Amino acid sequence: MTELEEYAERIEGLAKRQGLDYYPVDFELAPQSLMTEIAVYGLPIRMPHWSFGVRYIHQLVRQSMGHSKIFEVMFPGDPCRAFLMDTNSLAENALVTAHVIGHADFSKNNQLFARFHDMAGGNIVEHAAAHAHRIQQAIDAAGVERVEGVLDAALALESHVDVNGELHRTRYPEFIPDKPKPRANEFQQRYAQLPGVSEPEAVPLGLQVGPQRTRIPPHPEYDMLWFIANYAPELEQWERDIFLAVRAESLYFYPVFACQIMNEGWASYWHARLLREAEFLPQHTYLAAIKAHSDVVRPFASGEQTALAINPYHLGFTLWERIVDKHGLARARQVMKEEDDFGFIRNYLDRELAEKLDLFVYEVREGDEIRVANRDLEAVREAILAPKFNFGAPRVAAVEIKPDGGLVLAHEHSSDGRGLDTGRAKKVLEYTRRVWRRPVRLHTVNDRGENVELTAS
Amino acid sequence: MSIRIAAETPWYELFSRGARDWLRHNQKVRSAVKESLPDLLAGSDLITRPGNRTVAVPVKFLEHARFRLAEAQTQQGAGQGKGQPGDVLQPARDQGDQQGRAGGTGNGEIRFVVELKIDEIVDWLWEELKLPELKPKRAATMDEPDYIREGWDKRGARSRLDRRRTMKEAVKRRSVQERGTDDVVAIVNEDLRFRQLVRRATPATNAAVIFALDVSGSMDEAQRRLAKQFFFFALQGIRRQYTKVETVFLAHAAEAWEFDESQFFQASSSGGTVTSSVARLALELLQNRFDTSRYNAYFFYASDGENAAEDREESRRVLDELTELVNYAGYVETGGVATFRPRETQLAETFNEFKARGAPVGVSHLGNQEDIWRAIREFFTEQARSE
Repeated sequence: MTELEEYAERIEGLAKRQGLDYYPVDFELAPQSLMTEIAVYGLPIRMPHWSFGVRYIHQLVRQSMGHSKIFEVMFPGDPCRAFLMDTNSLAENALVTAHVIGHADFSKNNQLFARFHDMAGGNIVEHAAAHAHRIQQAIDAAGVERVEGVLDAALALESHVDVNGELHRTRYPEFIPDKPKPRANEFQQRYAQLPGVSEPEAVPLGLQVGPQRTRIPPHPEYDMLWFIANYAPELEQWERDIFLAVRAESLYFYPVFACQIMNEGWASYWHARLLREAEFLPQHTYLAAIKAHSDVVRPFASGEQTALAINPYHLGFTLWERIVDKHGLARARQVMKEEDDFGFIRNYLDRELAEKLDLFVYEVREGDEIRVANRDLEAVREAILAPKFNFGAPRVAAVEIKPDGGLVLAHEHSSDGRGLDTGRAKKVLEYTRRVWRRPVRLHTVNDRGENVELTAS
Repeated sequence: MSIRIAAETPWYELFSRGARDWLRHNQKVRSAVKESLPDLLAGSDLITRPGNRTVAVPVKFLEHARFRLAEAQTQQGAGQGKGQPGDVLQPARDQGDQQGRAGGTGNGEIRFVVELKIDEIVDWLWEELKLPELKPKRAATMDEPDYIREGWDKRGARSRLDRRRTMKEAVKRRSVQERGTDDVVAIVNEDLRFRQLVRRATPATNAAVIFALDVSGSMDEAQRRLAKQFFFFALQGIRRQYTKVETVFLAHAAEAWEFDESQFFQASSSGGTVTSSVARLALELLQNRFDTSRYNAYFFYASDGENAAEDREESRRVLDELTELVNYAGYVETGGVATFRPRETQLAETFNEFKARGAPVGVSHLGNQEDIWRAIREFFTEQARSE
């Protein structure tokens, strides 16, 4: 047994005693190259697409400038899969092991994670590898250009899934179900008994309309990947597969996205606490681990006094420490189970803490001048949460299929506050049109607030 | 709890998925560049510098578009640190500074440069424009005898012994020889093979290209630029075909001079246009420097066509003689849109007359950038036909 394995086992013992409850974790030491790819693709094996190549280069540049060091990546599941960078020191790995256990506890118990786990099962890493394999087969059969065209569209709409919906959805019912006749209430019953009121005449048989077909979509459909997979005219089976694969992976990413502050904070809280309790660690290893901890949860880059982004590890860690201090561990676990970042920030980031952490809202003005705008608590909370709304994407829904088969999309500009970037939107429409194979239109507003229709035909 | 350490060659070391997708991205960039190549090249200021066989095209990363909100009037974000409302955290940059910052790391944008080999570009163009390959002149060029290797002989000078071939013969012989003979000699005399040399006439693969430019007062900057770009691509096309290409640059107004390339396009004169001067100079070069039995000679001439009236007969006579000697002569007329011209210019008339007679001559008009590709296509297809 290696030293690390020995520590890992004892750290696990401590975690169990503290009531942490999680699916088993498979740890694997991995080289920098794999860690970089995981950071880029979000999964160890994922479908090929040129856009990942661009992210890959950006990631390499960031790493070479020292802006990005990856200690670990953990994939929730049953078992959870954790990859540790093989250049981590022993102390760093002791810390990372404890951190991963915190994530594992979070992902088993948080309701959002649990819901997605129930829908998708615990082997998404394997599923994603299978998707990648099938897509490779599609490339061999249909050629890279065609598959790439489908992926261009599917990945562009990646965030446009219904995160409140089900992973496995059936198509809309073909006919509008008959509404059960409302039971007459007391007044109506008595009214009907009044003299002179006749029964409504039965509709003559010949005129009976019969069951009515559902309009497609029957309501604005935000689950666009699902919608296109199911209702695009002439979509081939392999194309449909690609859309559903991207959708399944996207839904898997959602809890991580929506709970990032809580989840990183929870894992940081536990790595700090478990290490404090790990008396078996030699003094120098402990100190080195605590040094790594403070690097991870510090609010600013070294030498800086302000930051234009809030470190989720730092914010989450501070919030959890305070919740445990004030309300105890049982209550903290309850919060961990029930909330996502929206509830977490709105309910637990209070004035006292926002002041203590010096949180502010900044504004970018002309010439990229940046000023502190205010320190208003509500505004701070919303500024933290703003990038998280609707999976970080504008609200766009499929609203209609035209008689010519054309697809109509609508952007909910009133809830988003402004229109879409038309250049990019046109490109997305163009990707979508190639898959839909009919004109695709989109309604949004321009910068003067006037309705505009963009078309790809 | 167990911690796995990667086996000797774990799956993820077998190939890099990041690099695979990066290469695919670059492939897409290259083909995007290729598609817009004619515009790209016509717009840029690239012209042959001997030895510089690549051009660098700065490109941005391709963006995989997604729905995004239009940029807000004022962007907001959450930050952390000291400071009062109104405090400036990052000063506005000067407008003048904008250029410099845009390429930096400020907005996280990385640009890169696609280096394209000129040969590759020309290959693409030829494919794109569906241009035929040039053919060297046949009869005239078959008279440069040279020794070439051809076959083997059992006798020959020691220095031409082909060891490899000899070994092969030895192996062949031994394999058919009866076994059991103890005295197998490794190599015997009859195994020896010597390379044979034969004296043969080979087609000349040299080309001489004479570029002649009218630099009289009436040729303005834009016209010369068009001529320059046309010359560039004409030269690249010829370079594709011949191993050795020699170029000569002649400029003329009333008189003609030879220039080197760097000065050629700068040369100007306020004099009138006397085409026969440059034609005569070209003729002399072909007679003295580039023996047309050894060189495939090309003559390209750019002018606005307004030759002096009194030079009409003389220029016709010299040009006639010149076009007899060359593989191909190309005349491009620059300036004004052709349809606005009341009549054919004197030079266009002369060249068209040669062409009608079946001489290897092409005539084309260069009004704008677009015309360059048309002219190039015309010249190279005509030239192939006139073979």
